[in-house]
Formats: sequence, structure tokens, C-alpha cells
Amino acid sequence: MEMKERIYMISAIVEHKPGVLYSVSNMFRRRGFNIESISVGESEQSDLARMTITIKGDEATVEQVVKQLKKLISVVKVSILDSENTVARELALIKVSTPDARVRSDVINYTEIFKGHIVDVAHESLIIEITGDTDKINAFIELMKPFGVREIARTGIAALQRGMRSVKME
Amino acid sequence: MSRMSGAKALIESLRKENVEFIFGIPGGAILPVYDVLYDSDIKHILMRHEQCAAHAADGYARASGKVGVCMSTSGPGATNLVTGIANAYMDSSPIVAITGQVPRPFIGKDAFQETDIVGITTPITKCNFQVRNAAEIPKIVKTAFYIASTGRPGPVLIDLPRDAQTEEDEMNFDEKIELRGYRPTYDPHPLQLEKAVQLLIQAERPIIIAGGGVKASNACSELAALAETLLAPVATTLMGKGAIPEDHPLSVGMLGMHGTVAANHLVQDADVLLAVGMRFSDRSTGNIKAFCPDGKIIHIDIDSSEIGKNIKPHVPIVADAKRALQSIHNRLIQKFNRKERSTWLNRMQTLKNIHEEIIKSAGDGIKPPALMVEIRKMLPNNAIITTEVGQNQMWAALYLKAYKPRTFISSGGLGTMGFGFPAALGAKVACPEVPVVDIAGDGSFLMTEQDLASSIAWKIPVIVVILNNSMLGMVAQWQRLFYNRRYSAVDLKRIPDFVKLAESYGAQGLRVQSIEEFREAFKEAINSDVTTVIDVPISPEENVLPMVPPGNTLKDLILS
Repeated sequence: MEMKERIYMISAIVEHKPGVLYSVSNMFRRRGFNIESISVGESEQSDLARMTITIKGDEATVEQVVKQLKKLISVVKVSILDSENTVARELALIKVSTPDARVRSDVINYTEIFKGHIVDVAHESLIIEITGDTDKINAFIELMKPFGVREIARTGIAALQRGMRSVKME
Repeated sequence: MSRMSGAKALIESLRKENVEFIFGIPGGAILPVYDVLYDSDIKHILMRHEQCAAHAADGYARASGKVGVCMSTSGPGATNLVTGIANAYMDSSPIVAITGQVPRPFIGKDAFQETDIVGITTPITKCNFQVRNAAEIPKIVKTAFYIASTGRPGPVLIDLPRDAQTEEDEMNFDEKIELRGYRPTYDPHPLQLEKAVQLLIQAERPIIIAGGGVKASNACSELAALAETLLAPVATTLMGKGAIPEDHPLSVGMLGMHGTVAANHLVQDADVLLAVGMRFSDRSTGNIKAFCPDGKIIHIDIDSSEIGKNIKPHVPIVADAKRALQSIHNRLIQKFNRKERSTWLNRMQTLKNIHEEIIKSAGDGIKPPALMVEIRKMLPNNAIITTEVGQNQMWAALYLKAYKPRTFISSGGLGTMGFGFPAALGAKVACPEVPVVDIAGDGSFLMTEQDLASSIAWKIPVIVVILNNSMLGMVAQWQRLFYNRRYSAVDLKRIPDFVKLAESYGAQGLRVQSIEEFREAFKEAINSDVTTVIDVPISPEENVLPMVPPGNTLKDLILS
């Protein structure tokens, strides 16, 4: 039985200490799991970090990913986030060429529509900061491509469950 | 609290873990520890290669059930341990490896004999540590031993920068360990247990497969009790060999690529399969898509990541094997009182008889199956067998019966040639009163034979039986069967005279040409107080059979 592949979001609480990111990413590499994106930062407890990992795979694969993550001693808690009840956001910085005033004003207009911010202005380029879910950012990048996208930096997804649901240490 | 150096704290911590032996080799980056060891009552066994130190610690752990300890210096000493650590990881053997490291200010500077052993061993250890401050040492050692020996056992590495060994600090040996990310599940879930019991009650053709986890959790008597109540045959994996005495009426031997006819056929025909402490490795299942096609599978393992990894069971049970088997048995006896299962068990007996026929029909000369039977006859039941890897290993697994847990020690997952001899030394250190025999091939033995020196120096007498075909025999077998007899790079051409080789180390070397001569030599070896190497020439054309060609189902056995 072929199972359908889709994107899964995994939230993992890990020990905030050296080597943990290595052991997690090394496990993904060694088991042949593909990371679409990963973001890591301090959590609500300073000695714990939260990793938000998005991967593409079928249900059996994601189940193995969760089990293999749990098996790592530095990983404290792991959950699959269901997209319905999860707020997922990504931040992107996009540098766009703006050779003339017309392009510049188009880019500024689009940025306003997407509720982005212009965070750097130079004679021939702008840097736009935009946050949102992955689809929104992809759409915005597509829109900018004809103007000439020079550089993109994306943070990867950070995600939390809505309401009182949570992935945290009790 | 007391003030002492990191090195002293390490040795104190090891003593608190009741460590009696360390297998190792010193070097620059671990000198301060060896200086403390000089005055310690912990016995250090100086090996001749770090790989052997790791395998010896592994053999010690498997024979004794205690944590084995090996130690090396940084750089090449540490990397030489790697094969042994990977071997222990694949076979879930509890060892703690201690490596010296360059002083902290030199780390990352590519200093002399610096290597990133923590990075290297991350995927082959349960976890590893690099000491940052000497004061952490007592807690790290305690944590390392706890992790190595609990849950699914496995290796843990501690990397000790040299300046942390000499650094003095207040040491607290009573600090509690805290592991938020490590809480093995020991107790089975009652709902899953009930499902398992229901399946077993309804089973017409039940079979149990026991893996190494049964031995690790000391669940062998629970296994036999359940099999007897259920009237179910018990097959084992290579790692599970000895979990049930192989002269037990319900024992059908090993399953898999070199499984017995009985084990392979019964597993394929079963309607309910209870797998405990095993991981459905490719060597055990054959073609996994056609494995046990009509059976409902109950899978018990303490490592939840093993459940669903290779086979999706109908009933998953994450638990300690002993508790799970006990609970299933307790529930089963309340509802189940079947007294016979003649069709299934008669079939078992018929298939088991084929195995005996194979041994008998081997023909003249020294035939490995008959030799294995002979060795078994001459050894007490508690004697320990280790094996190298290849044909020797599979002949031993198939034809040398194990009667007790922890008496058959073999490199299962990694398949490490050269494992058997140093593992035998470790086992003999753990159990000095029982004979320890390494069933070897010439190719494998040549990979670690230098530790004949440590076996003599430290008076660790073991017996090495070399099935000598001057070949890398298993590879040759594959080339014979699947590569049209194109023997590429398997003829060893020039092998040493093993009798002289043994003698040059101060060991005893014997060569035999017949089974009668073997008997004499083996008797002499058992009574010898030095290591004995027995060179047994065999035909390079011998195949280990039965064999399931790769990709085939377990029933597609080559028998002759």
C-alpha cells in the first residue's frame, strides 16, 4: 500500500546545549529523512530549545521520524503538529533590484499589500522583510521574481499549537 | 564533597559503578588517568589493539550482563575503538568507552592526535559526552553507566580532555542524575496485552521469535513458560540464540538467511507470530514483503523506534521483554488450557528431523556441521562460544547448540570479522571458570590475532578453533552461488602457519587432520592453562547450508 506524501510539522523540545542540533540533523541524514526546513531557538525554559522541523513524507515515515527523535537522549519531547490547530510562521528577507522609480514603487506597493516592511533602501535595491505562512512567502517571492530577486534568506518555520494545547515540559 | 583531580574522580566513579576490569591501551592524552590507575584496584588489561579492547569489553558485557569498559587515548586510539563501539551499538551491548582528548585549549586546532570522536561516534552510541569541567566527571560517569545498562542497552562514550584529567575541583559523587529525554518504557500497556492474549488464544499455528532482548532482560524462563503453555515453537534470531535451550522440544533454532528448515518454514506458515526483543533485520526476515504472509504479528520491544520500522505489527507492545512475557503469560493461563496442538507440532518435528539429516549426510572428512556437534559434546553446558564472522559463524549458529543464555556471543548486526577472539578474551575475564571457545575462520582470526599476546600476558586462556580454508569463505560461497564461481579476491594465498604463530606468542598450537585428532586436541585445549589455537583444515568448497538467497522468502532454502 502506497501512502501519500505530505508536509508534516514536528515540534521538538530539546536540551539547549552543544551537539544537540548535530545529533538531530545527523540522525535525519543517516536515516535518509529529508528536512524541508528546521528552525531552532530558545524555548520558554532557558535550558531547553524548541526545534520546529518540517519534513515531507508518508505517515509511516513521519512516525519513524518521531520515534527516532524521541530515542535521542537530548530530545525531551516530540509532537506532530496538526496544521488545523497550529500557527506556523516564517520570516523571509528578500533583496530586490530596483533600477528605476517605477519598479521601486511597484515593489513598495506589493510589499504593502503583503503587509511586509522595507528594512533597507539603497539606490539600486530594497530589502523587504515579510512574515507569514510558507504559501504566502512563496507567493510573494514569485511576485518579486520578474523585478530581479538578488538574495533571499528564510528562517524556516516556527510553529505553536493554538489555544491551551502545547508541546512543553510539564 | 572532596577535592581531587578529574582523573582521580574518574577512577573513583568507576569504582562506585563496581568496575573490576578495564580493557585498554594508554597514550599521551589519557596519561593522567593511567597514572591514577597505577594505584587502583581496578585491573587494567593491556590489549594490543584498541579495536580488541572494545570487543573485549563487549564480550565481557555479553557474558556477564554487566557493563564492559574500554579505554584509549585520543586520535588513533579513539578511532580504533570505533568498530568495536559500532558493533556494540548494533547488538545492544552495554559498554562504556573512555577516550583521552587533547587539552581543552587545543580542541578544534587540529592538535597532535586530535580527532572529533564525539562527532564520529554520535550515530553509533546511545549517547556520548565530552567533559568540559573536571567537576562534571562523577555525574557524567554515573549517567553513562545508567544509560548504557538500562532500556535497550548500548554503548556510551566519554571523551576526557587531558587538562580536565589534571584539573582539581570539589567532586560530588552523590549528585542525582537527571535525564528529561530518557525514560524507557518498562511496563506493557494493558490494552495491547489484552489484544495480544486474544490473538494467541485463537492461534492455531503460533510461533515465537526471540531476539537478543530476551537475554538482555533476563526473560528466558518467562519465554520458555509462555511457549510451553501456548504449545508454540520458538525460533531465535542470531542474537537470541540461547534464549531458549536448543535441546528444548519447542526450540527450532535460528531463522533467517541461514535459518533452520524448521524455523523458516514455521515462521512463514504461522497464523500468529509473537516477536520479542528482536528487530526484523533483513538477515532474519528474508524478503520482508513476503514475510509471514498470513500471520498476525505481535511485536514486543523496549525500543519504540523498532516497532513499525521494518514491519508494521498488528499489536505493538513497547515494554521490557520480561515484564511483557510475564504479563501475557499471567493473562493467558487464566483463559487458555489447550493441552495439545498435534498437527502443528508434528509438522515442527518433521521439519526438525531434516536438520539432523543434514548433519549426518555431510560425508567423509572433517565437515563443519559434524565438528560443531563434536565440540558441543565435549563442552559443559555453561561453556561460552564466541564466533568470528562468515561461514564459521553460521555453522556455529546452525549446528552448535546453545543451552543457556549468554553462552553464545557473536557479532550479529555489524558482522565484524575479528570480533570473536577479543570477545572470547572478554568473556573469559568475566567467567574465568568456564571454557571459552572462539569458532573462527582463518580470514577473521588474522584480523585480531595479535591479541594472542594479551591472552598470554594476562593469563586469559581461551580456545580458538580455526576452520581453515585459506579463503574468505563466506564471500567465496556467494561468488560460487551467485557470481558464477568467479573467485575475486577471496583466496588468501599466503596464510601463516597457525601452529607456529600461536607458539611464537607463547600459546599452544595444534593442527588436526581428522575428527579423532580433533577430539584429542580439543581435550588438551580444555585442560590447557594457556590459550590453544587448533588449526582445522577444511575444504574451500564447503557451503554453509541451508541458505536463503538474498531477496528470496524464508522458505526458498538452498539445502544442498
